[in-house]
Amino acid sequence: MYHQIINYFQTNSNRYLQMLTDHIRISLWALLMAVLIGVPAGLLCVRFRHLQKPVSTLFRVLRIVPSLAILLLMLPILGTGAAPASVALTLLAIPPILENTVAGLKEVPAFLLETADSLGMTSGQVWKNIRFPLALPLTLTGIKTAAVEIIASAALASKIGAGGFGDLIFTGIGLFRTDLLLIGGISVAFLSLSTGFFFYLLEKILLKYKRM
Amino acid sequence: MARAIEFQNVTKSFRGSSQNAVNHISFTIEEGEFITILGSSGCGKTTLLKMVNRLYEPDNGKILLFGEDISAVDVVKVRRRIGYVIQQIGLFPHITVGGNIAMVPNLLKWEKEKTNARVEELLTLIGLEPKEFKDRYPAQLSGGQQQRVGLARALAADPKIMLMDEPFGAIDSITRLRLQDELLTLHQNMKKTFLFVTHDIEEALKMGTRVIIMNDGNILQFDTPEHIVSHPADGFVTSLVNSAKAKEEFWEKFK
Repeated sequence: MYHQIINYFQTNSNRYLQMLTDHIRISLWALLMAVLIGVPAGLLCVRFRHLQKPVSTLFRVLRIVPSLAILLLMLPILGTGAAPASVALTLLAIPPILENTVAGLKEVPAFLLETADSLGMTSGQVWKNIRFPLALPLTLTGIKTAAVEIIASAALASKIGAGGFGDLIFTGIGLFRTDLLLIGGISVAFLSLSTGFFFYLLEKILLKYKRM
Repeated sequence: MARAIEFQNVTKSFRGSSQNAVNHISFTIEEGEFITILGSSGCGKTTLLKMVNRLYEPDNGKILLFGEDISAVDVVKVRRRIGYVIQQIGLFPHITVGGNIAMVPNLLKWEKEKTNARVEELLTLIGLEPKEFKDRYPAQLSGGQQQRVGLARALAADPKIMLMDEPFGAIDSITRLRLQDELLTLHQNMKKTFLFVTHDIEEALKMGTRVIIMNDGNILQFDTPEHIVSHPADGFVTSLVNSAKAKEEFWEKFK
């Protein structure tokens, strides 16, 4: 087994790098889109309270649909490849980002908002200087959760020809090749862990005041 | 002396309440006075205070600051000219002490050097070494230090009027006494008008050049501390004064 794995890397290192970059690329696109949709949607939910129920229900329902099913449902609309895979992963990632953003914004104490008003901040300045920065810790947690989920689920994207480590895993399953399965699985796990570590560092830098 | 604050027949009620929180109130405060507003919770004292910087808008009546009707002035401008300190202090946890104090100067777009100099001046004034405290975060300070910073932030743009809503309510009694004395010294050294809400009669009588006593949205008495003690206006004020005297008797026992 050990030799098989060594042998794989000796002969297929280019192919491995290709899968790595594909996997990261799909995941990054999905995460970026999910943040660009989830954070503003969360903001709107807090700003216009009656929106919160319908919006979060919508995204939660979309999330209940299994990721594989979404991937396959995307086939007739977007065809195969990286684009439909990213869209499906985006849908999966929006709820944690949206809900944590909402929770973070709602958690800002009323007396701090009143203090901000009393200092003569305009409502735009209150959002920029107070509400967003104070909601950031929870929003970041949501983004971290989403990122880890995306990376794990991106393995399924190979089913619609998007590439990534899913290729290796499904080939391994098809051919009863434990070595390929192991390489694929461990690589995905490693990506997930690195992502978690990256966000840990990011929080350390951005949320300095919390550690005091 | 200029008239710093003037209430003309001001009324405010909140939805779901049949009673007025502030009920047809009129009074005038001269520049440089230290006015304490005394009353139990729900008497309307905080509502009255928050109408001065338009956190609440009155239903009826007019409020004038230095002769200017504040409802006609841009609300943001009104607030930047008034200092405001609350019991919860309200320092922004993600901003350093220096940044918190520089808040209003930054909103007013002061030049950087001027703001920096002002921050250091204020930190020195409140007894915190600028080099040591400027870059700390609020969570690294004690409650008393935090409230000092809250006061410095309110003073930053040199407002003529200071509003304080039970600023020392959550501070231990030793520190509170010290902060009270410091605030009185501060008041004597600058020509500012203070409006100070408290539910503690001793604090009200100690701090105020004049005291407003409120109950159920009405002003029962607006007078000097000496006059309130010697000539309480009605039964409620009498009972307030007596409660303070009863405390004194309590301490007599230990002599």
